Amino acid sequence: MEKHCTDSRVKGVSTGTTILAAVFDGGVVIGSDSRASVGEEYVSSKTINKVIQVHDRIFCCIAGSLADAQAITKAAKFHLSFHSVQMESPPRVMAAASVLRDLCYKNREELQAGFMTAGWDKKNGPQVYVVALGGMLINQLVTIAGSGSTYIYGYIDAKYKPNMTKEECLQFATNALALAMGRDNASGGVAHLVVVTEKGVEHVVVPGDKLPKFHDE
Amino acid sequence: MSSIGTGYDLSASTFSPDGRVFQVEYAMKAVENSSTAIGIRCKDGVVFGVEKLVLSKLYEEGSNKRIFNIDRHIGMAVAGLLADARSLAEVAREESSNFRSNYGHDIPLKHLSDRVAMYVHAYTLYSAVRPFGCSFILGSYDKDDGPQLYMVDPSGISYGYWGCAIGKAKQAAKTEIEKLQMKDMTCRELVKEVAKIIYIVHDEVKDKAFELELSWVGEVTNGRHELVPKDVREEAEKYAKDSLEEEDDSDEDNM
Repeated sequence: MEKHCTDSRVKGVSTGTTILAAVFDGGVVIGSDSRASVGEEYVSSKTINKVIQVHDRIFCCIAGSLADAQAITKAAKFHLSFHSVQMESPPRVMAAASVLRDLCYKNREELQAGFMTAGWDKKNGPQVYVVALGGMLINQLVTIAGSGSTYIYGYIDAKYKPNMTKEECLQFATNALALAMGRDNASGGVAHLVVVTEKGVEHVVVPGDKLPKFHDE
Repeated sequence: MSSIGTGYDLSASTFSPDGRVFQVEYAMKAVENSSTAIGIRCKDGVVFGVEKLVLSKLYEEGSNKRIFNIDRHIGMAVAGLLADARSLAEVAREESSNFRSNYGHDIPLKHLSDRVAMYVHAYTLYSAVRPFGCSFILGSYDKDDGPQLYMVDPSGISYGYWGCAIGKAKQAAKTEIEKLQMKDMTCRELVKEVAKIIYIVHDEVKDKAFELELSWVGEVTNGRHELVPKDVREEAEKYAKDSLEEEDDSDEDNM
């Protein structure tokens, strides 16, 4: 029987994971690994997609309990689609992040999932928002989360520059994910990357054997 | 065009044989009994002007305002039953505040206007309540979407406008508004014209004293809805009074 616990070790299927989002000149790159694990040992899926589309130009990355994340994104998608029809225009990224934040905060006792919301809207261009576990919402240029993120804080701090080109940012994101997946037990599989710009959405999948290799691999 | 809807006009939940809901039409008559309010949208903002009749010298100056702030960037001018209008202003304020709380940004004016219009419409469906006896004009300015102006009437429909007038002299005011080239004017120019229109449509014989309420929202106020500052208002009123005298003089010459 699964006992729900609120300390840092997550029970059930969790996305011990690495997720990141970064703003570049004209768009955002959102990326994640693809491993879902149960406890610290069993890999229940090698190819899970943690980058969920909640609207045409807005994506979410999920970390934490997979069930919670799917339930929340399902509710958020519905809410945003209705909101966008009422507004007669695509929703702002801030609106999507606020909807997720409300869902996380109002149900904070039961849930255990954190999000990054990233996307492009006409009013403010490319943006990245972090909705943490308890429901905090902040806007950042680059952000990482998940168990694998601890291994790449130094890399992000050293290598991220604002206003990179799309190619530079893609390379930066791929490297970051590869480094994290190389050191974190609970992250692995393929690297899923999504590039969102005004023109549209591009999916890039980098299989495990095509990831960049570093000095001791 | 007055018609008596005997028997079919007692409640809003009854249609007449020719397909009208008389209670809603009577509510619109209540608006026509009130003094005039106008709203005009120009190239960089929106200006509101209200002819506020002063029924007694004992009233404190500036009491019973007919222009409300709905949110930082939205203003509302009303005509009709003032108590009904105040209650709707509160509804509008809650809508925009809730929107900001849920979605993290300012409510777009069209959406607010639709929401309040839906609320007004709900009161035209049942016999247990009466329709709201007021029309109102909503205006806002955003640096990306520009100035917006919407009007909602007691039937619950909202329309977008470049210029509109409600209240007893609305026809005369509309004629004056149509003469303006508002799309090419700035708020500063428009404020004087709005004051002039209110002075023109004010009936000196039937209604004696009135206060002119002026407010604006636009690039000139950085997107915040505010009552027009004292010096601008005085300049506008002076322009209005001078224009009226000129017209009087020219009438004399023609004779």
